[in-house]
Amino acid sequence: MRPDLHHLFRIDKLPHIWCPGCGHGIITRTIGEAIAESDLDLEQTVIVSGIGCSSRASGYMNFDTLHTLHGRALAFATGVKLSNPQLNVFVLTGDGDATAIGGNHFIHAARRNINLNVILFNNNIYGMTGGQYSPLTPTGKMATTSPYGNIENNFDIPALAIASGASYVARGTAFHDKLLVDCIKEGIKNKGFSLIEAMSMCPTSYGRRNKMGTPADMLNDLKTSAVNINVAKKLTPEKLEGKFLIGTLHHKPYREFTEEYDKLIDRLRKEDI
Amino acid sequence: MSELKMEKKHFLSGDEAVAYAVKLCKPDVIAAYPITPQTVIVEKISEFVAAKEMDCQYLHVESEHSAMAASMGASLMGSRTFTATSSQGLLYMCEMLHYVSGSRFPIVMVNANRTVAAPWNIYGDHRDSLSQRDSGWIQIYVENAQEALDATIQAYKIAENSCVSLPVMVNLDGFVLTHTYELVDIPNQEMVDEFLPSFTTTNKLDFNNPKSLCFSASPEWQTEFRYQQYEAMEAAKKIINKADEEFGKIFGRYYGGMIEEYRCADADYALVAMGSVAGTTRLVVDKLREEGKKVGLVKLRSYRPFPKEYFQKLGRRVKAVGVIDRDISFGYEGAVYSDVKGALFHPGAQVKTINFIAGLSGRDITKEYLTEMYQKLEAIDKGQNIAEVQFTGLRWT
Ligand SMILES: Cc1ncc(C[n+]2csc(CCOP(=O)(O)OP(=O)(O)O)c2C)c(N)n1
Ligand code: SF4
Ligand SMILES: [Mg+2]
Repeated sequence: MRPDLHHLFRIDKLPHIWCPGCGHGIITRTIGEAIAESDLDLEQTVIVSGIGCSSRASGYMNFDTLHTLHGRALAFATGVKLSNPQLNVFVLTGDGDATAIGGNHFIHAARRNINLNVILFNNNIYGMTGGQYSPLTPTGKMATTSPYGNIENNFDIPALAIASGASYVARGTAFHDKLLVDCIKEGIKNKGFSLIEAMSMCPTSYGRRNKMGTPADMLNDLKTSAVNINVAKKLTPEKLEGKFLIGTLHHKPYREFTEEYDKLIDRLRKEDI
Repeated sequence: MSELKMEKKHFLSGDEAVAYAVKLCKPDVIAAYPITPQTVIVEKISEFVAAKEMDCQYLHVESEHSAMAASMGASLMGSRTFTATSSQGLLYMCEMLHYVSGSRFPIVMVNANRTVAAPWNIYGDHRDSLSQRDSGWIQIYVENAQEALDATIQAYKIAENSCVSLPVMVNLDGFVLTHTYELVDIPNQEMVDEFLPSFTTTNKLDFNNPKSLCFSASPEWQTEFRYQQYEAMEAAKKIINKADEEFGKIFGRYYGGMIEEYRCADADYALVAMGSVAGTTRLVVDKLREEGKKVGLVKLRSYRPFPKEYFQKLGRRVKAVGVIDRDISFGYEGAVYSDVKGALFHPGAQVKTINFIAGLSGRDITKEYLTEMYQKLEAIDKGQNIAEVQFTGLRWT
C-alpha cells in the first residue's frame, strides 16, 4: 500500500482476512485514495457498513467506523448524517446487503437524496455465507442455491439508483481502480446521494463455481467487459452487447435532504418570532 | 450422498442430520435464506432437491422475514413447510413468528443457536431463541446430531396434531452441534412415513369452502383467541411426550419427551441443562457418582411448553437445584432459571437454588466448570452463602 495512505488504515489490523484474489481489498484501497485526494477533514468523517465480506472493510479503515446489522447500513448512516449534517458519511455495503435484505433502505435513501457516499461492492453473490445467489447474480449463473443456474432476473443497480432519486451514480471496477478513485471523488463532491457501484470479484464463492478461472482471469474479465461511457457513445449497440458501462453514468444535483430539513427549521423558527 | 444406504450409521454434522430429517419428512415448500451456522442445512437440502431426491418447491428468498412469510403463505395453502435460521435471522423474523403462531400454522423451523449482536459474534448461546420465548412457538432443544434429526421428525408430528396446530422451533447449538460430526442413524423412509402421515388441515385456503385467514379480532374476541393458543400449548405437553413414545416404539430411540432425567432417582443435587451441554454434564455426573456424590441431571428438552408439573415435584425430592442458562435476562436472571425456580417453589418445597450463567457466545462449559457447579450446590445446601446468580468463568469476580 502507498505509505502516504497508511494513516487512513488500521495497519495493526492487516493483513486483512479476505481470501487471496478477492476484489474487496482493491476497492477498499481506492476508497482510501479518494478520501486522501479529496481534502476531507478526517476527524469529521464517519464510515458505516452493514454485514458481509465487503462490510468488513470499515474495520480496516482508521476513522470513526460503525459495523452495523445486515442490510441496515443506510438506515444507520441516515441517522448519523441527520444528527450532524456537517459530517462526511460513507457507506460501504455489498450487493446482498444493499439490494436484498436491505433493498428498502436503498431506494428510500436515494429517494431522499440524502448526502451520503455509498460504495456498493458488487461481487454478484453472497460471499460471506458461502455463495448463495444475490439479486445481482446474473441469470444463468451458478450458486449454491441455484445449482442449475439462476432463473431470477437481476437488478441494474445504477438504473435502480437513478430511478429512485440518486443525484450521482457511477460505476467502476476492481480492475479500473484509477477510474474508481475518480468516481468516488466525484461522489464526495456531489451534495446528495452518491452511489458508486464497485464491481468486485469473489473467486472463492462465485468464480470457482462458475469456472471463471484464476483471480487474474476474473480481473481480466472485468477489464474486457467494461466499456467507458465516453467510448460507448461512439459504439454501435452490437459492439456493446454483453458489456457494461463504467464511469459517471448520471449526475444531476438537486434538493438535498439535510439541507431542506435545516431550511424548514430555519423557516419555522423565523415564523415563531 | 444419495448412494448412502438407509438404516446404517452415517458420519454427519448436526446441520446435515437436520437436512436428512427434512428430506424424510417430505415438505412441499422450503424457504431459505443463509446465515451462519445454519446455512449448511438449506444448502444440503438444495442439493437434495437438485438431485431430485426431494420433490418440493425450494425458494431462495431475500431475507428471513420473507422466509417466514413465504413459509406461512405455503402453509395456508395446506403445504408442509420447512425453514431454518439463526441469531440475527431469527430476530429479524420476530414479527412473522407471532403472526404464524397466532394464525396457528404448524410450520417447523430449525434454529442453529447463536448469540445476538452487539458485540458481533457468530458462536453459540441461547440468547436468540430465548428472546423469542413469548412468540407462541413450541421450543425444543437437542443434545446431539441424532437428536436433532429425530426431534425434527417429531416436530412435524407435534405441530400438525390437530389439538396443537402450533409452529415448532427445534434448537441445536451453533458449531458445537451444527458443525461437528457424529455417527448418526438415518431412519428409513417407510418407517418415517408410518410415523408421520401426510399433512392434512382445515386451516387453509380452500376454493370449495372460501374463508378469510389472518383476520382482525376485536377486543371482544382477542382473549378467546389467546385462550385457545394457551390451551393448545397445554395440550402440546401431552403430545410432545406421546410423539416421543411413538417414535421410540418405531425407531428404538426415546428422549423422554419434555424432559429427561439422568441419575436423578435418589439425587440430592440436580443441574438443569438445555442443549449440548447436557452431554458433558452426564460425564460429570458419572464421575461424581463414582466419588459417592448423589448428583443428577435434568435435561430440559421442551422450554415452551414448560414442564411446570415436573419441576413442582422435583422441588420436593432434591436438596438443591442449579440451572445452567446460556443466556441472561438483563435486569433479572437467566430466563430458564426464573421458570424453573417459579415451578420448584411449590408449597412444600425446601429446595435451594443457584443460577449458573455459562457458555455465552461460544465460551466452553468445561467438565471443571460443571464439577464446580455441583460443589456449589452442595455448599449452599450445607448453609454456605453463595450469590444466587453466578457468572461461570468470569475474568474477574
Ligand atoms: C439478519 C441477518 N440475516 C442473515 C445474515 C447472514 N449474512 C451475513 S453476510 C450475508 C450476505 C452478504 O452478502 P453481500 O452483502 O453481497 O456481501 P459479500 O459477502 O458478498 O461481500 C448474509 C446473508 C445476517 N448477518 N443477518
Ligand atoms: S468469500 Fe469471496 S467476497 Fe468473501 S473474502 Fe472470499 S473472495 Fe472475498
Ligand atoms: Mg456480495
